[in-house]
Amino acid sequence: MLNRFMQSRLQGLVVLTLILIILPAFLSNPFHYELATQIAILAATVVGLNLLVGFAGQISLGHAGFFGLGAYFSGIATGTYGWPSVPALVAGAIIVGIIAWIVGRPILRLKGHYLSMATLAVGFIIAIILNNERAITGGPDGMPVPAFEVFGWELSPFGTYSLFGLEISGVQAWYMFSSVILLLAVWFALNLIQSPIGRALRSVKGSEVAASVVGVDTAKYKSLVFVISAIYASLMGGLYAHFQGFITPAIASFEFSILFITMVVLGGMGSTFGVILGAVVLKLLPQVLADFQDLEHVMFGLILMLTMIFMPKGLLPTLTAAVSKRIRKKTGGEA
Amino acid sequence: MLKTMIRRAGKCAVIAAAGLMMMSAQAAEPIKIGSFLSVTGPASFLGDPELKTLEMYVEKINEEGGVLGRQLELIHYDDVGNASSARNFASRLIRSDRVDIIVGGSTTGATMAAVPLIEQAQVPFISLAGAVVITTPVKKWVFKTPQSDRMAAERILTDMKDRGITRIGLISGTGGFGSSGRTQTLEVAEQMGMEILADVTYSGSDTDMTAQLTNIRNTKGVEAVLNFGFGQGPAIVTRNYAQLGMELPFYQSHGVASDSFLELAGSSAEGLRLPASPLLVPDSLPDDDPQKEVVQNYKAEYESRWDSKVSTFGAYAYDGLMLAVRAIEEAGSTDPEAVRNALENIKGYVGVTGEFNMSPEDHNGLDADSFRILEVQNGEWKLIN
Amino acid sequence: MLAEFLQYLFTGVTIGATYALIALGFTLIYNASHVINFAQGEFLMIGGMATVSLTAMGVPMVIAIVLAITLAGVLGIALQRFAIAPAKQADVVTLIIITIGASIFIRGIAQLVWGKEYHVMQNFSSDEPIRVFGAVLNSQSLWVLGIGAVVVVALVLFFTKTLIGKAILATSMNKEAARLVGIRTQMVLMLAFMVSALLGSVAGIVVAPITFTSYDIGIILGLKGFVAAAIGGLGSGVGAVVGGLALGIVEAMAAGYISSDYKDAVAFSMILLVLFFMPRGLFGAKVVERV
Repeated sequence: MLNRFMQSRLQGLVVLTLILIILPAFLSNPFHYELATQIAILAATVVGLNLLVGFAGQISLGHAGFFGLGAYFSGIATGTYGWPSVPALVAGAIIVGIIAWIVGRPILRLKGHYLSMATLAVGFIIAIILNNERAITGGPDGMPVPAFEVFGWELSPFGTYSLFGLEISGVQAWYMFSSVILLLAVWFALNLIQSPIGRALRSVKGSEVAASVVGVDTAKYKSLVFVISAIYASLMGGLYAHFQGFITPAIASFEFSILFITMVVLGGMGSTFGVILGAVVLKLLPQVLADFQDLEHVMFGLILMLTMIFMPKGLLPTLTAAVSKRIRKKTGGEA
Repeated sequence: MLKTMIRRAGKCAVIAAAGLMMMSAQAAEPIKIGSFLSVTGPASFLGDPELKTLEMYVEKINEEGGVLGRQLELIHYDDVGNASSARNFASRLIRSDRVDIIVGGSTTGATMAAVPLIEQAQVPFISLAGAVVITTPVKKWVFKTPQSDRMAAERILTDMKDRGITRIGLISGTGGFGSSGRTQTLEVAEQMGMEILADVTYSGSDTDMTAQLTNIRNTKGVEAVLNFGFGQGPAIVTRNYAQLGMELPFYQSHGVASDSFLELAGSSAEGLRLPASPLLVPDSLPDDDPQKEVVQNYKAEYESRWDSKVSTFGAYAYDGLMLAVRAIEEAGSTDPEAVRNALENIKGYVGVTGEFNMSPEDHNGLDADSFRILEVQNGEWKLIN
Repeated sequence: MLAEFLQYLFTGVTIGATYALIALGFTLIYNASHVINFAQGEFLMIGGMATVSLTAMGVPMVIAIVLAITLAGVLGIALQRFAIAPAKQADVVTLIIITIGASIFIRGIAQLVWGKEYHVMQNFSSDEPIRVFGAVLNSQSLWVLGIGAVVVVALVLFFTKTLIGKAILATSMNKEAARLVGIRTQMVLMLAFMVSALLGSVAGIVVAPITFTSYDIGIILGLKGFVAAAIGGLGSGVGAVVGGLALGIVEAMAAGYISSDYKDAVAFSMILLVLFFMPRGLFGAKVVERV
């Protein structure tokens, strides 16, 4: 399964690119573009988280903390101190990477639920700081974030731009931008998985003891992937802040961390394209269920439970397994 | 995938809309009033009565023939107290549902997250949240119905000063309401030459505030205690205050101005004061008070329809909806620019919260006098001034 | 000085005892099935809310409490039978997500049935607080501590003296071996969930007079219970009790002496510190990893 997935690495990217190109034909108003853009940014975040959860087998219940830190770093650096967006993003990612490395070393010695507990604590501490430091972060009521800009050229969801002579709206421009980011995020993740680092990580997931016996420095690789996934979260948090134009500490909250991990598990742990599907489903579901009013939460809980009970491997792996089984049956029948 | 899901959602909306149309049997297209409220989640204290109020008065207005001969259609979403979903739902209201006006935004965070979008899309928006930043500085398309937390702080501190109190212990919630109220209190106190000697906080989910209150009790020189917060937190603070046997004058904010607070706090609430709209004491208003009738009616109608107590927050939604209706009537159409201009020029609208006098410089239109100081006596609210 | 310290201690011990009861529920389920049950807080909510709504309907308090605890127990069994058991092949994290789904579902139902308001429950005995060396103790705190102690003793007896208790212990140690000696492990797992739900609902009922109760009270208290269980060492009964009390006391002391803004951050830093020096919590068993 995993091998076949590796071989189809390029195929997967091509399919994703095609979907992203065709999708606008089905988006009928700016609100749909906004949703699609948010989904792309969140999907890129969980592609990073999946490296940690799906491939290294380490569960993080505090990832929104890194996402929130990145968002607030971008917001404060560009809004309060007038930095340009890209240096702010990069500086934020470096700082978050260092923080992740510092807390990661001791935390990642922990196993199973203790690791989850420690990441949860780190996430909570970050959220509490963002909430309390009113003078810097604006406190619980949040803070505005300026539009994303590169070399004086501003990318605002409210602007209009021309591309090859075609006039496009700000949200369409953001959609294209975030699509490219998502493709880059996926491309990087797929390459990492196939590299020697990726192989070492998978051995950690299989059995950490066995991996260390054959000479894999498990601690080093775990820290490395923890830092990489935190950097993913930080960069995407920064972009999300620029796109939304306003952030509150809720984006660093425990609920948001749970949402991220649910996207990974629901979509399919260890499947890069699966977790993207997870992000799509979990972002759209509340919009669809909003029409059910009082029943919204009941239905959301029920759907989450049933999906996980009947598809414990996640949506995409289960679906692909079902499809390939059917194909095999068909070809078997003809033979 | 996206398409089918959105289409399915659209279908539901269409069915709901069709149902409304059939009921009204009116040819004219309905006027769409959009709303995003924190109906569930930590701010459901605000969103729940707000939604109930909007639903019942939209119904009532429709029974009475609607506005400009057209029926009203309420489209509302639950933002669960999350600013990010508030912004998304605001976008959905504007771009997918194409509403004519938005009355909503239970919390300051939710409101402020939606403001940039609303300003850009140029849709009239009446916020139901309190913080002073919403309408100061004035934003072209944004109005609000609650008094600001700054006014509340001014009203409370003035009342303290009248009683000769100048040194205060402050306890506040770490949520948006308490945190913004705390900031305003600190500023107003400085202006009025009053001292905040103790400044402690509790988070919305805390279940015991004895430690924080002990801290205040042990601070020398404190002459009165003020609690800024909403939800169940202030009720726990009130009970802990009584248990600790603290006897300094005790003030709460308008965040707990409802009868359900009295139920929660019980006899511990005895003697505390807070600023509130006259909603809690409709019968003790003098007969010549212009607000008396409005307030009495709202209270009676709400309580008979929902079998639960009125709260100040529902009243914000009442005033928001009535201001919207009045502006649309005066504009004679739902043209956004015309409705906005009409809103900005509303004078002398007597609502449940107070008398609104909007102007291009003031998109709230209330003054601090619209707050009355109430005191709990024998388990009931008493009007002090 | 002493009065101040005592006051913080009373506050901390009371809330800590609640955390301990919830942590015991986590521990029980974790021992029997290695599942971290994020719906644990909902049992607490069911206990409080059902009692309040039944008494409001005119049912006498004692009967209301018995009915509420029974309801929670039935819910515990249902959770195991219909949500956990069918997914036995699932990953640990998948099971966590299932319990999160279950908690959202239960909370949604509770909100539909009971509404969103907060409710008051009367103190079990006098409303008059007790004064000790200048500090004040809510009489309900004594109920929380007393019932907490009774529950802990009952649990110890249950696991050491009764056949069912021993069966649960045996299953938690080695499921296959337990099955071989004739223990119906599925039944045992359901029992573990039921007992855990009973514990949660008892905690929810005894603290309701202090904290009020509402449909969403379980979210944060459940989480704190998990934290307490992890500090103590997952799977350790003593650890759950010590972890719960420690967490409660640290929170109260931090609020009083350090900063009320950062009291939760202090508590979470304490967890990191404990885990840093004791990677399996205070009383966690040293488990040899099988390769």
